[in-house]
Amino acid sequence: MTPEIELSLYVFVLATFLGLEIIRRVSPLLHTPLMSLTNAISAIAVVGSLLVAGEQKSTLSTILGTIAVACSMINIVGGYLITYRMLRMFRKSGKGKP
Amino acid sequence: MIESAIPVIYLAAAASFILALKWLSAVATARRGVLVGVAGMALAVGGTLLRPEIVSYRWIAVAFVAGTAIGIPMALMPMTAVPQRTALSHAFGALAAALVGTAEYYLRAPRIGRVTMGALTLEVLLGFLTFTASLMAFGKLQEILPTRPITYRNQNVLNLALLGLAVGAGVWLVARPGATWLFPVFAGLALVFGVLLIIPIGGADMPTVISLLNSYAGLSAAAMGFVLDNKLLIIAGSLDGSSGLILSIIMCRAMNRSFTNVLFGAFGQVKAAAGAAEERTVRSATPADAAEFLRAAERVIVVPGYGMAVAQAQHKVRELYDVLAKAGVDVKFAIHPVAGRMPGHMNVLLAEADIPYDRLAEMEEINSEFPMADVALVIGANDVTNPAARHDKASPIYGMPILDVDKARTVMVIKRSMNPGFAGIDNELYYMDRTLMVFGDAKAVVGGLVKELAGGAGG
Repeated sequence: MTPEIELSLYVFVLATFLGLEIIRRVSPLLHTPLMSLTNAISAIAVVGSLLVAGEQKSTLSTILGTIAVACSMINIVGGYLITYRMLRMFRKSGKGKP
Repeated sequence: MIESAIPVIYLAAAASFILALKWLSAVATARRGVLVGVAGMALAVGGTLLRPEIVSYRWIAVAFVAGTAIGIPMALMPMTAVPQRTALSHAFGALAAALVGTAEYYLRAPRIGRVTMGALTLEVLLGFLTFTASLMAFGKLQEILPTRPITYRNQNVLNLALLGLAVGAGVWLVARPGATWLFPVFAGLALVFGVLLIIPIGGADMPTVISLLNSYAGLSAAAMGFVLDNKLLIIAGSLDGSSGLILSIIMCRAMNRSFTNVLFGAFGQVKAAAGAAEERTVRSATPADAAEFLRAAERVIVVPGYGMAVAQAQHKVRELYDVLAKAGVDVKFAIHPVAGRMPGHMNVLLAEADIPYDRLAEMEEINSEFPMADVALVIGANDVTNPAARHDKASPIYGMPILDVDKARTVMVIKRSMNPGFAGIDNELYYMDRTLMVFGDAKAVVGGLVKELAGGAGG
């Protein structure tokens, strides 16, 4: 195992435990916005997609990368927007429409 | 020069994502959470665009425009369609990861290290199977495909054999990264397995399945992080993976089922015929009778189910809430964890109808209040109110946590007909002496109740 892989595994394990602890505290009230937000965050695949699309090392990789960037962009734009839209709907009693 | 700032930018992006999820834990800070999430993504995209490896922006620009053009309408869908939308976006996310993995493979093969290749096969396997599985889930939720579970002989054997083949091909590729002919076979097996995985799963199990697919899409992105040696991808991907995992565990617990049971159990046709023999009577009532009970009540608990959303009755329910609240009645909404088609779906539907969120109560919190309630009003919910889950060991839903609706002084059920629910089980709640059945379309019945109550107050 190379030191890079070892470090990556540490990051993976720690981030997973951190994720479990943070997500456990999210109120069930907000589980739908939670899923659309994590969905938007997992569009982080855009980083790899941009590299493959922008490096232009081969025609195949450029095509696949471009499709991947478009897919990720759909989730970034759509995911954050709908999460925000949903959260704006939650209001307390006694308060009017925002 | 500017490139040396990229690791710092990525680090800031990772911190933003963690903060975004932390702030999402409460309504008061949730919107701030979304904004910091947007900032994190902007940093990640901006930082990547600065990288010297990127030599051309032309196709990236095209993809940005195309993605935005599709993404915006997907954000404007009605709240009832959010489960379908989520399934579809899982498909897009997973496809992106799988395509990047495919491109990386063909660029690097056969000079790929064992560990990198292992991560790459995992990325591609999870990516492609989540892609087709999410499309299937979308089809079922959108009702393009039949929502009933579809089963055939040896289904589980076939599915497991196919998964075994795909994993075998993956292992082979790790051992011999130069076997480029095998890669399309491997990808194809993953795609087919995704389809077969969802075929036997019914509509009622969708909340679990969507959560599980959410987790897979995240893990696929994390695996990409290992391939590209990028910690930001690993962090964001594993946050998503753990979120999906927690949600699917919560959904499984709420239905008293295990993962294997959801994926391989094909619920729904087991006992359909068993309960039909016995003829029992129910008390049926008109909206006018029901309104009398509501008028006399001090505490009302509304139990909304997916049937309410199907009938588009949530806005009428809001009117009912307004009328009752104005008359000084304490109205609460009891939300079962699996009410709706994805985790938390019912809360969003009620929030959209302008029902204040502090009136929405989770199962654990509200169950102790049912004995004090004058009326429990069940609208379009069925199996989650069936007392058989508590005592009837022979019932397929035995052990499932339910809302203790039967403990209320009077139970009212608005229902289209006496047809059983998803699990195909008769609900003994309907035959209790204290239960009034109001038959009809939920929207029309609740509208009728509102009219009766408003008219009574005015005259």
